[in-house]
Amino acid sequence: MTLALVTAGAQPDEAARRASPLAVRGLTVSYGQTPAIFSVDVTVRTGAMTAIVGPNGAGKSTLLKAALNVVKPLAGTVTVLGQPLAQMRDRIAYVPQRASVDWDFPTRVIDVVMMGMYRKLGLLGRVRATHRSQAMACLDRVGMADFATRQIGQLSGGQQQRVFLARALAQEADIYLLDEPFAGVDAATEKAIIAVLKSLRDTGRTVVAVHHDLATVPDYFDEVVLLNTQVIAAGPVAEVFTEDNLHTAYGGRLTTARADPESVAG
Amino acid sequence: MLADALLLQLGYNATLVTIGATLLGMAAGVAGTFLFLRKRALVSDAISHATLPGVGLAFMVMVALGGDGRALPGLLLGAGVSAALGLLCVQWLTARTRLGEDAAIGAVLSVFFGFGVVILTVIQTMTAGRQAGLEGFLLGSTAGMLRSDAVLLAVAAALVLALVMLLRRPLELASFDSGYAQAAGWSLARIDLAMMGIVLVVTVVGLKVVGLILIVALLIVPAVTARFWTDRTDHVVLIAGAVGGLSGYAGAALSAVAPALPTGPIIVLVGFALFLVSLLVSPGRGLLASVVMHHRYQRRVHMRQGLLALAQGQPIFEALTRRLLHRAGLILPDGVATATGQAAAAKALLDETRWSIVRMDQSFAAAATRYDGLTPIEDVLTPDQLREVDARIDAPQVVA
Amino acid sequence: MGAEFVALSLPPILIGICVAVACALPGNFLLLRRQALIGDAISHVVLPGIVVAFLLTGVVATGPMLIGAAGAAVVAVVAIEVIRRLGRIEAGAAMGVVFTAMFAGGVLLLERSDTSNVHLDVEHALFGNLESLIWLDATGWGSLVDPASLAGLPVELPRMALALGLVALFLWLFWRPLAMSTFDEGFARGMGLRTGPLGLALVVVSAIAAVAAFDAVGSIIVIAMFICPAAAARMMTNRLDHQVAWSAVFAALSAIVGYVLAGYGPLWIGASASVSAAGMIATVSGLILALAAIAGPHRKAVQ
Repeated sequence: MTLALVTAGAQPDEAARRASPLAVRGLTVSYGQTPAIFSVDVTVRTGAMTAIVGPNGAGKSTLLKAALNVVKPLAGTVTVLGQPLAQMRDRIAYVPQRASVDWDFPTRVIDVVMMGMYRKLGLLGRVRATHRSQAMACLDRVGMADFATRQIGQLSGGQQQRVFLARALAQEADIYLLDEPFAGVDAATEKAIIAVLKSLRDTGRTVVAVHHDLATVPDYFDEVVLLNTQVIAAGPVAEVFTEDNLHTAYGGRLTTARADPESVAG
Repeated sequence: MLADALLLQLGYNATLVTIGATLLGMAAGVAGTFLFLRKRALVSDAISHATLPGVGLAFMVMVALGGDGRALPGLLLGAGVSAALGLLCVQWLTARTRLGEDAAIGAVLSVFFGFGVVILTVIQTMTAGRQAGLEGFLLGSTAGMLRSDAVLLAVAAALVLALVMLLRRPLELASFDSGYAQAAGWSLARIDLAMMGIVLVVTVVGLKVVGLILIVALLIVPAVTARFWTDRTDHVVLIAGAVGGLSGYAGAALSAVAPALPTGPIIVLVGFALFLVSLLVSPGRGLLASVVMHHRYQRRVHMRQGLLALAQGQPIFEALTRRLLHRAGLILPDGVATATGQAAAAKALLDETRWSIVRMDQSFAAAATRYDGLTPIEDVLTPDQLREVDARIDAPQVVA
Repeated sequence: MGAEFVALSLPPILIGICVAVACALPGNFLLLRRQALIGDAISHVVLPGIVVAFLLTGVVATGPMLIGAAGAAVVAVVAIEVIRRLGRIEAGAAMGVVFTAMFAGGVLLLERSDTSNVHLDVEHALFGNLESLIWLDATGWGSLVDPASLAGLPVELPRMALALGLVALFLWLFWRPLAMSTFDEGFARGMGLRTGPLGLALVVVSAIAAVAAFDAVGSIIVIAMFICPAAAARMMTNRLDHQVAWSAVFAALSAIVGYVLAGYGPLWIGASASVSAAGMIATVSGLILALAAIAGPHRKAVQ
């Protein structure tokens, strides 16, 4: 059992890795002399919703950032659909943590969404009516169309998160990486966001989200990666989201996690 | 001649100035440490630039009153008043508008300085202003200083130093742990006010010696230098005081030998030389140490990952990993493990397996916090504990 | 307002406007990136850069000085980053250490070397001499269309106009990446933008503006123009494009009003000589900022 723990999720054959929308191998990131993540192997399944869960400081956000080369890994490789990341940027949309941004920045909601179209527009490409209506459609999908011309600092936390999701939608990607999309949002927003993510999955897109609420994992996600610096376990929620594995991932800290493991894993 | 200067043998005035600069450097080093630790180092830049209009206006007022415009106490008083005004502007802009402190600092320092330049050009057109010599306040000039001014400088510097040492405890507390300071009944606002007051006084006293453009260096450089050598607040304070004092002493002595050179830049460069040495060679934060440690760490990570991959029969993708393993004689050029390599791989896997048990078991919670993917478990557990762990491995492996 | 104005006041005013706008434009992004004091640091290290260039070439020529100053700016920014990242020292303190040391080095080099026959001294570096940039060949407004007279324009004017053009071109070209990486660096990197080089490019462009301006007007006005117009503009609007436009207006206004007040203000109150134009322009920009801070429609952050 313990050997399986070490190698859990680490044995995808080459074919699976090549087909996977996002596969990382041996990914290690360290801030100073302590690793934030160590030798992480993850192979994401196509057309599924995958949750990355683990205790605070487990390296969940770092895993996403390193997968996108937002932080530079010390070691490891990342492939997107079998290709190096650099060639496949267009296929990935990223929703950073809401708190990582200066919300006092002088810009409007619609302008933020338009940022998602940067790779289409390029440096100087003209913004046409079709681009605008596309951006409005993305806002509409997250229920924010009425706020298009608001200054972003005037939005509530939940509204800001929806705008971030709309910006990712505007990228029209195949793979969506979200960092704590439900952190500090109201219940209505959480519902709206999960509906959008499920519709993405149902149209064949792949969703990976860092998630902190254990109670909702089985409802929201198909697959789960349990992370605590290393991958503790990875696979379908039904197989992997067990009391044993959660205990390994969270150690003694599970009592302080938001959800009661008995009820979710039982 | 330099030896004479360093041994304070260059006459009464020069000796007084050197002593004054030394005391001032110590006071600035200590006061600057608190600014630095509260992450407000550059507020002092706004304060010092904001002295210029005060100096100019004080000159004009003293001349208008029929006195000598160059009287140092009057000029310093003016400098202090306008510096306080500049500080108030920074605080007001930060608190009342959406501007950050950096923008407020930049705005205040440039506008006050610009206004000061306007005043200086006015003074130049006054008959009494032809020989005002106010430019000495820009870069510091101690050559040909009046006896009374030298005494004033030395006494003021001694007083500031005494004041800083008197208030050291609460300032240390506030910059080390502001939450605790508040809980202990100190008013953070008052401590900050005291800190800014001290910085202001240091600036004003230092105007004539270091000059208003560079006084900020005397406040910041010693603290940053000290930070490279220790993590303890009280030690940073002491080292910064020593670095500041040494810069002031050496700088003033050097400039006594070369009166044509402005004092400020020499003092600053002496301090900077100390900083540079610290930046390069200090253990821990120093550049050399960082680079060496980073490389060593990266190698360890690659070796470990390579060994784990070997143990699990997985291909190794990264060239660096392969190269390191090959160089250590653990794999052959074609990637196949040597005998030593196999043993090392098995050992790495066993280590990892033991760790995963330790990390899972709450009774090892203390040991589990030391997990970093690299530390051998033997370093953390006692042999008894190890046996306990091994007993739980389904198929215990024997290290070859 | 005839020949005398065209010859004596028009060129300095135009140069002042170019300087002010060229610094204010990148200042907007520096402000939003919480790097407002980079402008302060740059304008301090321009001096050592120019002195080193002079010592190496032996002449006071625009080309080498520009390269020297831009090089010094890059050295300073890299040194600040090294101290901040590897030494783990807070950015403000790292900046304070680097620019004061470089400035001190520049002053000492200048004092040690023989620059008595060239126009290079510390005070000139700080205050500049905008008033001296006059157009002797001008005989009236007609000179503006007379090629022979135009050839006698102070060389600082075309040079500064060129710097302004360069800054404007850079911002126009990289507007989207700059806005994106300033607002959300993580997202910009996720899109594959190289935010590090982009940030460095912004600093280099700011340095070019500062260096070109430095010769004409001194460094103090440069710091003021990097910060004050953009800071005032931020309090007028919540849109980036509008903010940049406001900052350009404020910068130009500071230059014009400041120059006029410095040149003619003393005469109005009966004094005979004028005061420093650079100082007055900085002062006016501060007054504009004060007004915006008191009454600007968007002076406070929404909570």
